[in-house]
Amino acid sequence: MTRVPRRAAAWHAAGGALLILAAAVGVFAAAPPPSAARGEAIYARCAACHALAYNRVGPKHCGLFGRVSGSVPGFDYSSAMKNAHIVWNAQTLDRFLASPLKTVPGTAMTYDGVLDPGERADLIAYLQQAGRSPECNAAR
Amino acid sequence: MSFFKTPTLALARRYFLGRSSLVLSAPAVALLAGNHALAAAAGAADPKDVQILNTALGAELEAIAAYQLGAESKLLQKPVLDLALTFQGHHKEHADLLAKTVEKLGGKAVAAKPSYDFPTSSLKTQADVLRFAAKLEQGAVSAYLGAVPLFANRDLSKAAASILGDEAMHWAVLRNALGEAPVPSAFVA
Repeated sequence: MTRVPRRAAAWHAAGGALLILAAAVGVFAAAPPPSAARGEAIYARCAACHALAYNRVGPKHCGLFGRVSGSVPGFDYSSAMKNAHIVWNAQTLDRFLASPLKTVPGTAMTYDGVLDPGERADLIAYLQQAGRSPECNAAR
Repeated sequence: MSFFKTPTLALARRYFLGRSSLVLSAPAVALLAGNHALAAAAGAADPKDVQILNTALGAELEAIAAYQLGAESKLLQKPVLDLALTFQGHHKEHADLLAKTVEKLGGKAVAAKPSYDFPTSSLKTQADVLRFAAKLEQGAVSAYLGAVPLFANRDLSKAAASILGDEAMHWAVLRNALGEAPVPSAFVA
């Protein structure tokens, strides 16, 4: 086995750590901030079942933030969603959207999920912005 | 150029369905062809599969109502009106198949709602109706794409993917009618 002098080994370790740090910084620097504009395009995927201002196959999204799961008046939720007791915010939405059926087993939202964390962040940013839109204000 | 001047949609659909029946497995063919007894014999149903089918059925029933709204709006001119009714017919076929499959798998098929909320005040022109329909079809593509990996019964995944293909064709044709690129990207999401 080749012996490496102790000082050289330390330099190698330090160099490796710096490379890892640089890569990590690069990754974080490359991640763009959430974009409501990109999120609006992603929201098109929801259009088979959801709308902002009115209930469809899925419940409306106006007023979503701060709302308790399964609580839109007049919407026929699954028992699973009625009993989930989730307060919707950025964190709970992120978890649910990543895998609806794993987060709320038995939900009628039988969708594989938005798997990319960046896309989920964009979608949530859009839902937050849309919640303050004239369309949602008018629906209140 | 108008897509209405060419028979390509009908040809594509015939080719697609013809090819589908050649390559799908026996239970999926049974489902798609309406041979539900054969489909049920393929194995015990997973309750999650029934829920997925019922959610899809709910969306199909709403799509049927949406096309009915468009057809009755007097905003659609021939041949766009004929196209809308053709697409509505496809959704009726999807819904009929999904409902029968749910029942055969031991579930209770959801029924159409007595009424649906649609953004009627924003539908003032033929283009508005087409754009509304295109949005629903795009959502349907995504919904089926998100359902395909969830089925416990892989034959149901195939059947759902077959419907997805039909919805994608609807979306492309509607985009084309609106003067947009019919196929905006290499992948759907």
